[in-house]
Amino acid sequence: MISPHGGRLVKRVDFSEKRIEEAKDLKKKEINLDKYRDLANIAHGLFSPLEGYMDNNNFEAVLKDGRLDNDIPWTVPIVMDAVEEEVSELREGDDIALSYNGEPVGILEISDIYRYDKGKYVRSVFGTDSMEHPGVQRVFSMGDYLLGGKITLLKDPPTQFPRYRLWPEDTRVLFREKGWKKVVGFQTRNTPHIGHEYVQKAALTLVDGLLINPLIGKKKKGDFRDEVIIKAYEALFENYYPKNTATMSIIETEMRYAGPKEAIFHAIMRKNLGCTHFIVGRDHAGVGNFYGPFDAHKIFSDYPDLGIEPIFFRSFYYCKKCRAVVNDKICPHQDSEYQINFSGTKIRQLLMEGKRPPEDMMRPEVADAILSFENPLVD
Amino acid sequence: MPEERDISIPQSLYKRIQERIKGTGFSSVDEYVTYVLREVLSEDEAGEFTEEDEEKVRERLRSLGYLE
Ligand SMILES: [Zn+2]
Repeated sequence: MISPHGGRLVKRVDFSEKRIEEAKDLKKKEINLDKYRDLANIAHGLFSPLEGYMDNNNFEAVLKDGRLDNDIPWTVPIVMDAVEEEVSELREGDDIALSYNGEPVGILEISDIYRYDKGKYVRSVFGTDSMEHPGVQRVFSMGDYLLGGKITLLKDPPTQFPRYRLWPEDTRVLFREKGWKKVVGFQTRNTPHIGHEYVQKAALTLVDGLLINPLIGKKKKGDFRDEVIIKAYEALFENYYPKNTATMSIIETEMRYAGPKEAIFHAIMRKNLGCTHFIVGRDHAGVGNFYGPFDAHKIFSDYPDLGIEPIFFRSFYYCKKCRAVVNDKICPHQDSEYQINFSGTKIRQLLMEGKRPPEDMMRPEVADAILSFENPLVD
Repeated sequence: MPEERDISIPQSLYKRIQERIKGTGFSSVDEYVTYVLREVLSEDEAGEFTEEDEEKVRERLRSLGYLE
């Protein structure tokens, strides 16, 4: 079984009554659901080797080198922001309760309180400081201080999809039980069309198992809703995937839209889940025209020590000459009149008009699953 | 970068590693040696999961329908 990132699977969970009672006496900081989900992700080891929110040294190292202070690859800051009024009452060395809807759900042992440069943050992580970028907007809406320190989770966050919530210790046992030595992870925030299916199946052909991870969490307007993505994949699994080689679980964290840097972060989470391989798509975790279509492929050459094997696909399309779904490696007719692309935009347009896309673009069962929702997109 | 210490290895081994990393993303022998040692150490540290823990997980996986 592949080692977790940094060597050891982090587990910082204490659901005991005693600890929850103790937390009630601490100073409280209210967090939203996205923050709560990442608290659980740290505690259950999905973000191993992180044991809490980054302190100043790690934060600066991540921005400067794309690595933690101890040189282990890490590209996206995992931080807890705070505003001036909160910080004025806090000291390094304090334990505080992180609360959700007023109830303590975690403990943060504050080891560092620091200011940070938002411009530097966004230019490093997103490669831009344009306020058109949703990640940049988010950073500029954060408090001016960051709290670093180890955390303990007191209670799992609510989920709409308990059936699909697997933590790294679960997936690692699952893969062992299934006898999967090589497992490829696939990240998605989209409903699957035929192009996606072929990418997944092309990769699966060379390994033992496929783990599809829809990303559940805050998305931008016009993205498919979480429940639509899940339902669409359920339809695909039921009709087109063998049970003994493919499975699905959710990852509950927000999209950062950090393109290449987020691709590395996505790969690290899959490594912690026990995947040996990770599919990196075209414009992976991109938004608008902020990244080149293959920037997320190039960045992996800076991380030979990542410990999970990226699998790159450039493009899948239907070729009228080959009469098959192909990719640029196996078909010589790219950019000719034979090439028919799977256009996400076109498929979406048809679905919005209440129409099933043609069967060579999207499986009819998948289309019907999406069409069963009155409004499948995020408002 | 974290603080560093020097470690001596035989010259012949150094040369073999130099050959090994050609064409890979590793830009120095130091980088490669650090990576390999981390991997070796992490394998030793990995096994804290008891048989009992594992059975609990299997039970959960069965109840969710992931295992028969
Ligand atoms: Zn062709």
